[in-house]
Amino acid sequence: MATPTATTADARRSVPAPRPHGAARRFFSVYGGYVLGFVSLFVLWQLASRYLVSSVLFPPPTVVFSKALTLLRNGVLVENLSASMQRILVGFVCGSLLGVPIGLAMGSFRPVRKLLEPYTEFLRFIPSVAMITVAVIWFGIGEGAKIFLIIYTTIFIVILNTAAGVSAIAPNKIRAAQSLGATRTQIFFHVALPATVPYILTGMRLAMANSFTTIVAAELIAANNGLGKMLWDGRLFMLVDEIFVSLVTLGLLGFLVDRTFRWSIYTFAGKYSPTT
Amino acid sequence: MPLVSFHDVEKTYQSLQGVDYTAVEHFSIDIEVGEVLCLLGPSGCGKTTVLKLLAGFEAPTAGHILMDGQPVTGADRDRGVVFQGDDSLYGWLTAVENVEFGLKMRHVPKLERRERATRYLELVGLKGQERKYPAELSGGMKQRIQIARVLANEPKMLLMDEPFAALDAQTRSLMQEELANIWRTTRTTILFITHDIDEAVTLGTRIGVMRAGPRSEVKGVIDVALNGARSRTDDVFLQYYKQVHAMIRDEVAKSLARAG
Repeated sequence: MATPTATTADARRSVPAPRPHGAARRFFSVYGGYVLGFVSLFVLWQLASRYLVSSVLFPPPTVVFSKALTLLRNGVLVENLSASMQRILVGFVCGSLLGVPIGLAMGSFRPVRKLLEPYTEFLRFIPSVAMITVAVIWFGIGEGAKIFLIIYTTIFIVILNTAAGVSAIAPNKIRAAQSLGATRTQIFFHVALPATVPYILTGMRLAMANSFTTIVAAELIAANNGLGKMLWDGRLFMLVDEIFVSLVTLGLLGFLVDRTFRWSIYTFAGKYSPTT
Repeated sequence: MPLVSFHDVEKTYQSLQGVDYTAVEHFSIDIEVGEVLCLLGPSGCGKTTVLKLLAGFEAPTAGHILMDGQPVTGADRDRGVVFQGDDSLYGWLTAVENVEFGLKMRHVPKLERRERATRYLELVGLKGQERKYPAELSGGMKQRIQIARVLANEPKMLLMDEPFAALDAQTRSLMQEELANIWRTTRTTILFITHDIDEAVTLGTRIGVMRAGPRSEVKGVIDVALNGARSRTDDVFLQYYKQVHAMIRDEVAKSLARAG
């Protein structure tokens, strides 16, 4: 057993040997798969719409991208995109700011958990999309309703993940701090909070995905602008190209935001862990 | 007056099914200042329970534990604990930040605590590893961080719960030697929990042998009159080994029979 292990270790060590094209090679080995994947997606789409469907109802990517350029130039895309993003960001930040402390309190103190569990366990099964109805009745079709819905869709996931992170903390981490003389407050800020960071970020990442779903649904039903409104108008006026522009925008935006989250979890939270 | 005394201590755990388990009963022993008391016993005999009680992580169900004549009421910085596994280290802090954790909690100025932490890291042989994170260090090195972390906090005594049990044989005997050296320079009082006779004879100035659990207590105490570096091949070492072995043999057999 010893020999093969040594061989693999040596092989691994020899991989990043400096070569003239090292940087390009590394870039390709990291991002090559993504680039190829996306290129093939658009190629397949192009082929499908040209030769398989060939209908105005399924425009090829070339048409969609030129439409996107036009909409970018005349500001329509930017306006709708920023309207949606703004709602998501405000609701998401508020939801997280509320959810993290509540989750920490639920995870740390049994009475708080017992008291709040009925709320979280009951409300998290009512989808935010179902709440659009009351949101519109309560807040009208303005910003209030959308921000309420994003907060609603964010807060429970963040609470549950944060609380789960606190319960996952190894008891010895707390005990060590106690016998090193830390007070309860110090343990909370210097042990419980940092140990829970990966769970908090994971909760926020899931909440962000939910926020996309919710904002589109809310804007489809009641809004003056936003990517969801753009989709709805596209349907009303049979502007199929515009529908596809907003669909692609949603996909790309979601992908980028999610990558940013994954990257930040990997970079900043790699060392934070409740267990090890 | 001894530094620590256990008087007739009993610890009973209540399970949800209503089946109580008494880990230790009528447990009494004194720990004197500056000694290394090795508590030795078969697995499941309640050694770790004793350590948790003294550390203040759990409260005894009967009897009392005194430190400096005062009852132990909870965990505090006068009893530094070295845990068996590495899950007590803070993965988001570097080696030196882990070691200065206790000092930081007491608001010792940054320069002073950094200087002290660096000195203790050097004492445990981790010079040059200060900026590394626990995940980048080996099992033996992580245990050294734990030892440096409690030493830097300058507790009245060290509680060590089988700290080397998870290490490989070579690292373990190296760590035992180094701990013996550290003890000779600092003369800190140590309660050392182990199931390894060899380790107990290597480190202990006294060895307390425990009975097989449940309802465990101290079966007997052996004074180890070995001074200076101990060699496993010495005749005296072997005599102590045999003496302890004779005392614990029956208990191990009982414990195995009970485990069925």
